[in-house]
Amino acid sequence: MSNRKVDINEEELEDLLNLVNEIHGYDFTNYARASMHRRVFRFMNDAGFHNACDLKAGLLKDKAIFDFFLQRITVNVTEMFRDPEFYKVIRQKVLPVIASYPRIKIWHAGCSSGEEVFSMAILLHEAGLLQRSIIYATDINPYNIEKAKKGILPLDVMKEYVTNYLNAAGESDFASYYTAMYDHAIIRKDLRENIVFSLHNLVTDHVFNEFQLILCRNVMIYFNHELQNRVIRLFHSSLSSFGFLALGIKESLLFSDIKNKFEAVSSQEKIFKRIR
Amino acid sequence: MGGSAGSFSVLTQIIKLVPSEFSLPIVIVIHRQRNVVSEFTKILTQTFKSKKIIEPDDKEPIRESVIYVAPQNYHLLIEADRTFSLDYSEAIKFSRPSIDVTFESAARVYKNNLAAILLSGANNDGTAGLKSVVENGGTGIAQNPETAEFPAMPQSAITFVPGIKVFDPAKIADYIIAIATN
Repeated sequence: MSNRKVDINEEELEDLLNLVNEIHGYDFTNYARASMHRRVFRFMNDAGFHNACDLKAGLLKDKAIFDFFLQRITVNVTEMFRDPEFYKVIRQKVLPVIASYPRIKIWHAGCSSGEEVFSMAILLHEAGLLQRSIIYATDINPYNIEKAKKGILPLDVMKEYVTNYLNAAGESDFASYYTAMYDHAIIRKDLRENIVFSLHNLVTDHVFNEFQLILCRNVMIYFNHELQNRVIRLFHSSLSSFGFLALGIKESLLFSDIKNKFEAVSSQEKIFKRIR
Repeated sequence: MGGSAGSFSVLTQIIKLVPSEFSLPIVIVIHRQRNVVSEFTKILTQTFKSKKIIEPDDKEPIRESVIYVAPQNYHLLIEADRTFSLDYSEAIKFSRPSIDVTFESAARVYKNNLAAILLSGANNDGTAGLKSVVENGGTGIAQNPETAEFPAMPQSAITFVPGIKVFDPAKIADYIIAIATN
């Protein structure tokens, strides 16, 4: 803990988010306030800003400070085959249905550095579907997209992901999906060929294609209720009839105002199907 | 209530004493091992069949008479509109859920209408959270370290947070029931 007390109150935070939107074009005003408050507070501690005034001045005058701010207040924690049961259900209940489309289109919204996208590519590959699939993987954060495009992950975590993969009913040799080099692993090129990584902001950008499956896991937990509703409507209009929407396992459509337009495929794993 | 190593039996002891129809919500944050499916909530619901014990989903409204358990691998926060928000960002003090995170966000929302209780544990998660609870006018309580299997966590709070109460487990239950009936 630093000697000088760091502080920012609700009004100052509101002010700051409005400023960030006006100057930098990133609209965080409808992010869930409690966790936004915490992340801004942590950023202030790490970057040495003691009050909202200093922070505002810093964000105004220096693009590098804003880049660091953006990096820190968006959450970029991810894993391959996170929640193995989820991937099992995708394998068993979703892939067999979307396999009937000649061209499979998937949108991974809020893909962070790509770990879950690579997991999906492996599932598609194992189901023999990857060649006729295209995965659009998008994120708000340019740094994440650059990182994801490289397909390079630290080797020590890959070892942890093996367990996840096996728990997700993976039957191949997980190590065959990447090449180890020193302390890093590169995801095999053929697994990445049908992935298009690009920038997309769920708050301000619109429908850009129609998909049979949209994954958006642990992204909307950072949004407030109103923004969640807007984004769910965006997903609804981006899904083909009977297309699938997959959320994080603690995310619910119950609180959404268009919940009756979806039906649960797995209420445990939070996989839904558009029904109207 | 926040607990870590050695808090399970204390928690069950307290929950047992709290009536099923209860005029307050209770939120429990307990540390569990990462990447190991935890049976904690399942065991609680099976032990106390008459009580409503759930792991909330994101944006779930907070209701009285319900005991909420922070889901494994997420931080649990409370929003101004009395709903939960989940957060999957980095572990704090090697913990996710972090007791500090929940206590701090609850302190901002509930101010003096909050009692935060820190139980047995082997680290110092919860100290910063209790500090924030007390600074916002709420009541901070630590389990008496002499009754704790792992005293470090409540002891840290007692050392660093002025003005917190130190109770034995039975007294903690009495206290909760007393504020609920007031």
